[in-house]
Amino acid sequence: MPTVKVDGQEIEVPAGATVLQACELAGKEIPRFCYHERLSIAGNCRMCLVEVKPGPPKPQASCALPATEGQEIRTDSEMVKKAREGVMEFLLINHPLDCPICDQGGECDLQDQSMAYGRGATRYDENKRAVTEKYMGPLIKTTMTRCIHCTRCVRFSEEIAGVDEIGALYRGENMQITTYLEHAAKHELSANVIDLCPVGALTSRPYAFEARPWELKKTLGIDVMDAMGANIRIDSRGREVLRALPRVNDDVNEEWLSDKSRYAVDGLTRRRLDKVWIRKPKKNGQGKLEAATWDEAFKKIKAVKPGKDIAAVYGDLLDCETMFAAKALLGAMGSTLIEGRQTGMTYDTSNLAAVNFNTTLAEIENADAVLIVGSQIRHEAPLLNVRLRKAVKRGAKVFIVGPEWETTYPATFLGNDLGVLNSLSADVTDAFGKAERPAIIVGGAALGRGALGKALALAKEWNVVREGWNGFNSLHFSASRMGGLMLGLAQKGGMADLVAAKPKVLLALGADEVDFTQFPDALKVFIGHHGDKGAHAADIILPAAAYTEKAGTYVNIEGRVQRSEKAVFAPGDAREDWTILRALADALGVKVGFDSFDQLRAAMFANTPALANEGLADLGGELPAGGGDASGIIEAYPVADFYLTNAICRASPTMQRCSAELLHGEPLAEAAE
Amino acid sequence: MADRYIEPVTADLRERWGSFAFTPAWEEKAKAAIARYPDGRQKSAVMALLDYAQRQVGEETNTQGWLPIPVMEYVAAYLDMPVIRVVEVATFYTMYNLVPVGRFHVQVCGTTPCWLRGSDEVMETCKKRGMKKGHTTEDGLWTLTEVECMGNCASAPMVQINDDNYEDLTGERLDVVLDALAAGKSPKAGTQEPGRHTVEPVGGPTTLTAMVDANHDYRGEW
Repeated sequence: MPTVKVDGQEIEVPAGATVLQACELAGKEIPRFCYHERLSIAGNCRMCLVEVKPGPPKPQASCALPATEGQEIRTDSEMVKKAREGVMEFLLINHPLDCPICDQGGECDLQDQSMAYGRGATRYDENKRAVTEKYMGPLIKTTMTRCIHCTRCVRFSEEIAGVDEIGALYRGENMQITTYLEHAAKHELSANVIDLCPVGALTSRPYAFEARPWELKKTLGIDVMDAMGANIRIDSRGREVLRALPRVNDDVNEEWLSDKSRYAVDGLTRRRLDKVWIRKPKKNGQGKLEAATWDEAFKKIKAVKPGKDIAAVYGDLLDCETMFAAKALLGAMGSTLIEGRQTGMTYDTSNLAAVNFNTTLAEIENADAVLIVGSQIRHEAPLLNVRLRKAVKRGAKVFIVGPEWETTYPATFLGNDLGVLNSLSADVTDAFGKAERPAIIVGGAALGRGALGKALALAKEWNVVREGWNGFNSLHFSASRMGGLMLGLAQKGGMADLVAAKPKVLLALGADEVDFTQFPDALKVFIGHHGDKGAHAADIILPAAAYTEKAGTYVNIEGRVQRSEKAVFAPGDAREDWTILRALADALGVKVGFDSFDQLRAAMFANTPALANEGLADLGGELPAGGGDASGIIEAYPVADFYLTNAICRASPTMQRCSAELLHGEPLAEAAE
Repeated sequence: MADRYIEPVTADLRERWGSFAFTPAWEEKAKAAIARYPDGRQKSAVMALLDYAQRQVGEETNTQGWLPIPVMEYVAAYLDMPVIRVVEVATFYTMYNLVPVGRFHVQVCGTTPCWLRGSDEVMETCKKRGMKKGHTTEDGLWTLTEVECMGNCASAPMVQINDDNYEDLTGERLDVVLDALAAGKSPKAGTQEPGRHTVEPVGGPTTLTAMVDANHDYRGEW
């Protein structure tokens, strides 16, 4: 623990800290462009120069200089001021003065730091360098003339994403950042380079020229595009959500966000259900939907007299409050038929520890042997893939059962027959025998095929639960899954139980993946926000709110309870889901026990106390013993198209374009500019 | 420099170079280059391999050689590294040609010492033969590039043609060299000044004269 003096103030810094970190610990702001906490140190922007004694009589780059005992660091001397002014002047020599038309304006590091540390006037009257436009895909808009060569994007794609596709070509003044042969950046986290770019060289293409940062209302939200529960900031103007940006949360998403979470928000204004619709009867086939009023819809539901013959199926994007309201409504009617595993997947949910990501996202980085059973991690949980890559960099061995996919780290594929789990080869058993922190991840493709029992047996055999380490993980990809399971909303036989019960009324809560032809006699009431598959099959459509339009509680795969706030109002006649269910209760003449959102939450907390506190829920209990043999071939992973997994994505033009261009290789259709 | 660019990747280019592979002779050298580095650090040999690939391309096309993208991809696959990292290296160093060059790559130094000693005349001589900066002549013989200092300031002006330097040039002397090259001969590399061997002072030594014939200890005279 060396002791250094920063501007006369003596502080102790951790061993291995850099001078820049020492200055930050002392509360001094050090301007920087290339340095980033989560990337390797490049030391090429020179903005972080400070004066250090002992050392050469010139300013030193603090980001790349280790802090050592007895150093005297000055960040406020004349030398430092002059150095910063000089570096800033050089950076601005070739940087265009196009801030008024630059999307980074208002949130630009270069702009801010030139105000704070620059000279204030230019002395340069030569021609500026110009760089040809580069194409980086449908998400990243480039204006490479603005690039200051910090190489953060290069380091991100190499170190974090693990897909080497961005590079710095040529040299010196002619250096250019580009993707290989200007191909689109093709990985699930590509848009994070937009946040990393300290200038306006890489900006968001869908958000181009939409708004200035100071016009936006910022709301703290939780992402629902996958089950990671990434922390997001929802930026909205008026009634429209314009963008979603990651918030820093080291336990969940660090500061990254998958492209889908970031760009699906433009689907929130398209294909929305903003009116009540009722399907008119027709002799042959499906009748037409006609706009109606809430009263008419409720009357129609009441006329069926469901009694206890009512069932509900909930979709992937739901918050716990909606699910609890549905549970309360069904409970009041005398039914418990509620299920969320829409595609008919079944697995034992009696012990939540067996279906939870017990290791936690932050801890999985420390695993030293990982067995992934039936999961395309990059598509099902892109942020988890980043963590696994870190684990592999630290020496972890990864084995995968399932069809091959392009990993971003060395991994061994054991074939797509789940039967391989019954007689694992020696190198797998050896690796797990020796591992200090072994982890098993069971994905959706395996859970649905009964591999959970075998995985639990393997967990016992390899002793993956040990002092200070729980290595057994199930990986879901629906944001509502863990919340639903904690609320106890699952049937033993899955959807088949609902089908067998032949309900008179089926409430589909944002459920778009259900095969509704299984319920030919039920009155299908769709309560959701997008006109997608669910609405298409429905007899009555009640318009509800999307995740940005309601406050809600979400539980991510590791059982972390998080709350999201309401950013904007739902469009048209659409209401928050719980109010619809509350009104339906009145229409059906039952009491659900809450009249306001606060009462609903209180009732939910009383029902499931684990949801009352934010943070990791204690799902308790030992892992069940499991057992049995696994069998079956995994033909394909559940996520067929990463960019089109739910109703919001499918409505999003950006996601459709990503799917067409990045996954299906269609050429980019762009209007001539 | 500024006008360096990567040859566009067309179907024709892929067709021509897509099946590029080291010949046994170059392969042997490539293996030797990789063997210089520890196991798993084979990427360190990328510069040597790019050079070999460029030379092999040169042999195949009877030119000085260049690096088409498919060849860079071959090298990347050979070293098990991302292509973009190979392209970064190839674009950084000017001795890797990114576009096809002629039989002779004439690199004229235009930095101050050569310029003061008459690099303009050297450049003019090249241009008289139809060479244009950054272009290859139509007969495929010459490619002209202006480069920065090559470290031959004591025998300026100089040009580098393929792997040889020609120094102490004037317009006429360069003409002789170029004629000889065009005729398939190998003119003497190095200084073109009659009587000069390397970069010793022209007209005999002016300092350390006592050391010309035998060793002499100057230390007593300091």
